[in-house]
Amino acid sequence: MADFDITSPTMDGIASHGTKVGLARVLGPAHVWALGVGIVLVGEYMGWNFAVGKGGAYAALIACWFAGILYSCVAMIDSEVTSTVAAAGGQYTQAKHIVGPLMAFNVGLYLVFAYTMLEAGNAITLGYLISEAARMTAGVTDLDQRPFIILSIMFLAWLNFRGVLATLTFNLVITAFAFCAILVLFFASAPWSADSPLAHAELMSGQAALPYGWIGVLAAMHFGLWFYLGIEGTTQAAEEVRSPARSLPFGTLAGIMTLLIAATLTWYICVGFLPWEYLGDGVNGAVAPLFSAAQMTGSNFLIIVLGVGTLFATLASANGCINDASRAWFSMGRDHYLPQWFGAVHPKYRTPYRSIIFLVPIALIFALGAPLDQVITFSILSGLLGYTFMPINIILFRRKWPLDTIKRGYVHPFHPIPAIVLLALCSLTYFAVFLGYGTQLIAMVSFYIVVSLWFHFWRYRFVKRADQFTMPWPKPKGY
Amino acid sequence: MARYTPPPQSKIGQMIDVIVLLILSIGALYIPLWLGLAGSAKTPLTADNPTWESLGQNPTMVERWNQLGFADPASAHDMITARFDYSFTWGAMALMVVVIAGYFALMLRLSEKEYREVIDEKFERR
Repeated sequence: MADFDITSPTMDGIASHGTKVGLARVLGPAHVWALGVGIVLVGEYMGWNFAVGKGGAYAALIACWFAGILYSCVAMIDSEVTSTVAAAGGQYTQAKHIVGPLMAFNVGLYLVFAYTMLEAGNAITLGYLISEAARMTAGVTDLDQRPFIILSIMFLAWLNFRGVLATLTFNLVITAFAFCAILVLFFASAPWSADSPLAHAELMSGQAALPYGWIGVLAAMHFGLWFYLGIEGTTQAAEEVRSPARSLPFGTLAGIMTLLIAATLTWYICVGFLPWEYLGDGVNGAVAPLFSAAQMTGSNFLIIVLGVGTLFATLASANGCINDASRAWFSMGRDHYLPQWFGAVHPKYRTPYRSIIFLVPIALIFALGAPLDQVITFSILSGLLGYTFMPINIILFRRKWPLDTIKRGYVHPFHPIPAIVLLALCSLTYFAVFLGYGTQLIAMVSFYIVVSLWFHFWRYRFVKRADQFTMPWPKPKGY
Repeated sequence: MARYTPPPQSKIGQMIDVIVLLILSIGALYIPLWLGLAGSAKTPLTADNPTWESLGQNPTMVERWNQLGFADPASAHDMITARFDYSFTWGAMALMVVVIAGYFALMLRLSEKEYREVIDEKFERR
């Protein structure tokens, strides 16, 4: 007989005193906040500025705020489902229980590719930063970045192989440093002073205001997502938080607010220092825009602080990405969605070591061979497909298990408005990606169609049916 | 309902599955790049002897370009004039909508079929 009752306040399976769901519940809302912000903050240090390139400075700001609304909907929906699906695997596990195995397989791939490409983008930025440091300190102008890219990915994979628990606190510290570095640059720029080096009015006048007109605002939404991409990773901690009902909504929504502040400050600083054409070219121009802005101040102190901030942000993010991507890959291996060889845990370090090692060459291939904007687009598209899944997920969740059938840790308000808004903003973003990057969009979705057919007609035969449904829920309505 | 028992998969079969996934995922990004079909190609305008004025740059912008190491208008010309081409055909737009909507429709339909098997087996054994 089951030793839990999903409707019981003391044996509900979602609280620390709950039951069945296995890992130690030691994390609080601050940890959830730090997990989310740690992975995402690098988005302020690199990548977001492609939004400036696609639409100009004002367009990037509008995109930043609309993307903020999109992610607020993501956080609300995710918080409700995750506070009930209190199991590791995040959206992958949600899809498995609510929509079906094929959707879960796709969601697992979205997670793996969004995080692996983000990791590759981090490594590219790190390589650039080291080459800039060599140029500024030793006058070396043609430093080969590739060894540093390879070394950084290998080193972080090794850390993850050995177990990331010991590095978690260090990760939190370097994330906090990276956030404070943005504040330091903002206050050092003294925007309230008449002598401030920020020159928004002059740099955004004339054609620089909206160089592409309003279609540029739409197009900028593509890279607007980069300000927040990965915040949904907080759900990976669902099984390890003391109280999912409180910690997940609070930590995730506080993370969104932190990122909104950081994103707006970042935009304000960078567009006040750099011409939009330079800022918007993240390949030949501002690869690391906050670092470039610090260089414009001429202050060695600020250059070092923002250089270290960029370095820390990329390392913290890449570390988190390896962790999350490998766990998603591992979970799919464990469920036999992928060859079960990936479902192995290292006997000594207790890590999904085969998944960690397998994803290293994929990250390297993209980090060494593709331009930064392509890598970021690949990551954004995987994330975007995942966000499109969420409205479907919450609508089916409420339909199959109405509010009175399963106790939720958190019930998001105004249903189905957040789902509809999210779906509308996702549609808008598909159009934004289509403007300028339509081939990648088609190629990416075609890839997911082909792997879906591969999974349904070939791979799924190796999967046990009933074993996939592990939550202590009643039978869904309509089945 | 009889419980479904999956067939065992050989090690070689597992390796082939991994290779297939690798080829598909790497191909999804690299094929557009190799074929030169990837977007993001911003095209600079052509101009002989550009000046800061002809490039639409005011004195503050010029000062910032100089600080960034672009000492003359010619060196910054390509970066300043490069623009995306946002023109599109309705046919291409329709193709995008069909591919994305078709993908989700296909996935939901096949998922539903698999999900019913899961629920049937899970709850009929209780």
